[in-house]
Amino acid sequence: MKELLLGKLDGQALPHEWFTILGSITFILATIATIILITRLKRWKWLWNEWLTSVDPKKIGIMYFIVGGFMLVRGGIDAIMIWLQQAISVDGSQGYLSADHFQQVFTAHGNIMVFFVAMAFIFGLINYIVPLQIGARDLASPFLNTLGFWLYVGGVVMVNMFFLLGGEYAATGWLAVAPLSGKEFSPGVGVDYWIWSLQISGVGTTLAAINFIMTILKMRAPGMTLWKMPLFTWGSLCSMLMAVTVFPLLTATLFLMFFDRYLGMHFFTTSGGGNPMMYTNLIWMWGHPEVYILMLPAFGAFSEIVSTFSRKSIASYTSNVLGMIGVSVFALSVWLHHFFTMGASANVNAFFGVMTMVIAIPTAVLFFSWIATMYKGRIRYDTPMLWFLGFVAIFTIGGIAGLLLAIPPVDFQLHNSLFLVAHFHSNVIGGVLFGIFAGLAYWFPKISGYRLNERIGRYAFWSWIVGFLMAFVPMYILGLMGATRRLDHYDSSTGWQPFYVMSLMGGIIIMVGVALQLVQIVASFMQKRRLHDSTGDPWNGRTLEWAVTSPPPSYNFTVIPEVSSRDAFWKMKQHGLRRPVYEDIRMPRNTGSGIYISIFAFLVGFGFVWEIIWLVVVSLIAIIGFVIARTFDEDIEYTLTAAEVEKLELAREKKNHAHYAHGRVDAEDMGLREFVVTVIKWVLDVIKNRRWRTW
Amino acid sequence: MTQHKNKRSGTRPVLLLVAGLAGLGTTILMLLAGVDVRLLNPKGVIADQQLWLMLFSFFLIMTIAVPTLFVLYSFAWKYRESNTNAPYDPVSRTGKFSVATMWVLPTIFMILLALVMWPATQRLEPKKTIAADGKPPLTVQVVAMRWKWLFIYPEQNIATVNYVHIPVDRSIQFELTADEVSMSSFWVPHLGGQLYAMTGHVNTLNLVASEPGQYPGSTAEINGAGFAGMKFTVQASSTEDFNRWVQDMKTSSDMLDASEYNKLLKPSENHPKVLYSAADPGLYSKLLMKYTGSQKHKIEHHEAGH
Repeated sequence: MKELLLGKLDGQALPHEWFTILGSITFILATIATIILITRLKRWKWLWNEWLTSVDPKKIGIMYFIVGGFMLVRGGIDAIMIWLQQAISVDGSQGYLSADHFQQVFTAHGNIMVFFVAMAFIFGLINYIVPLQIGARDLASPFLNTLGFWLYVGGVVMVNMFFLLGGEYAATGWLAVAPLSGKEFSPGVGVDYWIWSLQISGVGTTLAAINFIMTILKMRAPGMTLWKMPLFTWGSLCSMLMAVTVFPLLTATLFLMFFDRYLGMHFFTTSGGGNPMMYTNLIWMWGHPEVYILMLPAFGAFSEIVSTFSRKSIASYTSNVLGMIGVSVFALSVWLHHFFTMGASANVNAFFGVMTMVIAIPTAVLFFSWIATMYKGRIRYDTPMLWFLGFVAIFTIGGIAGLLLAIPPVDFQLHNSLFLVAHFHSNVIGGVLFGIFAGLAYWFPKISGYRLNERIGRYAFWSWIVGFLMAFVPMYILGLMGATRRLDHYDSSTGWQPFYVMSLMGGIIIMVGVALQLVQIVASFMQKRRLHDSTGDPWNGRTLEWAVTSPPPSYNFTVIPEVSSRDAFWKMKQHGLRRPVYEDIRMPRNTGSGIYISIFAFLVGFGFVWEIIWLVVVSLIAIIGFVIARTFDEDIEYTLTAAEVEKLELAREKKNHAHYAHGRVDAEDMGLREFVVTVIKWVLDVIKNRRWRTW
Repeated sequence: MTQHKNKRSGTRPVLLLVAGLAGLGTTILMLLAGVDVRLLNPKGVIADQQLWLMLFSFFLIMTIAVPTLFVLYSFAWKYRESNTNAPYDPVSRTGKFSVATMWVLPTIFMILLALVMWPATQRLEPKKTIAADGKPPLTVQVVAMRWKWLFIYPEQNIATVNYVHIPVDRSIQFELTADEVSMSSFWVPHLGGQLYAMTGHVNTLNLVASEPGQYPGSTAEINGAGFAGMKFTVQASSTEDFNRWVQDMKTSSDMLDASEYNKLLKPSENHPKVLYSAADPGLYSKLLMKYTGSQKHKIEHHEAGH
């Protein structure tokens, strides 16, 4: 009876080890604090109506940033835990983590950083910026967008669920190599949590990608042909096309593994005719394109930033676009370079080596396009451009290492070593993450209405650069010394320890950088009147998102712009802006369906993890029910009349002017010292005057 | 435009960065003193060729990467906002020639790299035997287990665990498979590149040691909780020493029979070195046969080849 009700769940699943107890307490306390805060502030209704059920891509974008930001800290703590273990676990010492726990930490670190940080930030940027860049008021399917976001949140909860119930995550590496991830070698629920967190968020990604392809292809402003699209939109389109191509493959692979684990099938097992090599192929057919799915929007963002800050149109736009298309096409045919060492013949290996070199050509073209753009420019060095310069150096280091790894005989020596780890961190941190940071600094004024603090931003940037070099240059060396990745302990006679320690110190400097970025956001908020962007165009921008006020109204454009050229807004500015004639606007209604469906999708996964069959069945029926109900909901739009739009616009203008009048133009961006002093003064003021009583 | 002006010059952070890099480089060099950087210290012809291939390709890539970075950063410096002497043209006028260069230049370099890579991949294919003074290769059957390496010498009829003794200047043909363990990767950095060991499947890796010595080996692919302790030592010595070692082994009383093998199959971590005077001759093919199914024909094919 108990088994029927609770499946495999029992008292054993409750937290009983220090890390699960610590994690559970943190999560529970944070939840309670949030609930109390929202209740005290009487913000529940506001939260539900304005944010959680919103279908506005701008709000969904911001929610992606917030959840992704939390996950960045969560994955960062994992990173520090990995470094700390490796810095101290020499000879007899097992460090402070058991081998199994250590393996869970680096598995979680990889999953969180790729799926729940990088993907979240990329989707956040695409959500916010792409509709503005193409002159659209919304997405092709606002509902799919909110559903995609909430499925992603379902995946986030699932990946952290093991703290509360089960106490173990997959200990298999971030791609759960077979047959290690099979029932024979991983009998616990860790791999099941892995499967379902990826499955749920992966379906969300597929849906979101379909939605963005539809939006970009069908909803561009009149006159904006494909060859007049801004480059960030191009990068996003290439990326989303790749996502639609490969994410179903991930879904299918995860299902096959699920069949192996639950139904005793033999797709990837060692016995019974299974073939783990099949899994390795399938997972990398998705896994390699995945990193380019992250990279292409970042490339697009860099193109926009270089052009804007050089005050020049992008050089050889066509080559730039062809470069991104080339990358996205070739990225589908290089997966085997992740396992040259599995024993394929020399010809097969060499073919995939050549394909990997081919993909370097369009990437190099992008670099040349940026160089040609900077040529005879007038380059401003605000933080987005600093991130670009940092990206160039670190991404190139990673790229050179990557080309070496593309040579099969060289890869035989470097594969699975820390050299490989250093390589992909160079590309993913230097490329994707710096691209995201550059994009965030660039578009922050659009999103919030005030720009970010430049001074603290520079400190954060330099901390990241110094920390990165200190953390990952030693890793390249460790790889050459023969250190394999994922070691939970090693001998001191190898001489590796000083390099691991150095790497840990670099990691700590990176953490300082992250802390400074948080300080930067708070400090900018404190000075938001001074940093206020009254024009909507703080950088002298070129593309349509700068044509609207910051932050843009929910309907983005009062009048859909007519586009006649690339750099549409740049042209408009030269020809002078016309006073808009207001018109009726049809807007999509908010909906909670995305949340409901995601809750039940989460419960399906949870039911499978613990083998609670009734829960799975009930939740599946509920999902189908909600989808059908949503399909028959005819009342999904409402109309803003021209009069209402005019009223809203006037109110916004007034508010904007009020802000501007209060701006203290003479003040500087606050530095760290001023920030600390201001915060301390504020805290003292709160304590002295008992201000909390009014909260 | 914002009212924000960047008053400070860009030189200070750049100088600090250069100084920092120099400091980092010096520290690393100091820490490297007296440490064995295994990949730069090859002890066999395969590792040696892999190293030279790596260095050659590295310098080839650097010949395009360094000038590209140099041009990018010098433009970044020259066309900075405060340098009003530099020309400014808000319209990009990239001519056909520049566009062609953008595409052709990296293509040429990648063709060069591919021309280096393709024959090297053929030449250094792991299953190719290495010609070493006309001596036939010595076959060593390797079984990855949870979490130790079992080595069987079929010609000498001896076996070892986490320790493999080989003669120098003779091609060693490692026949890699696995039993009741997830995919593992056999790697001896001093001697040359790794290859996966998988159940029901034989991967052949040929290596040769050119100098006597002890070389550490391990699994490079994660395969469970005992992964980090799954290490072995390669002892390379002269042919005479090797033969003497084989003779000494025969006097040992430990024998690798079915019951002893089943003991090894039980998971264990940081397993000590073990020597067996004799091994059940059918053991290796039996453990391959265990994994029947789609893999079966490969095993038969493999056996036919011997």
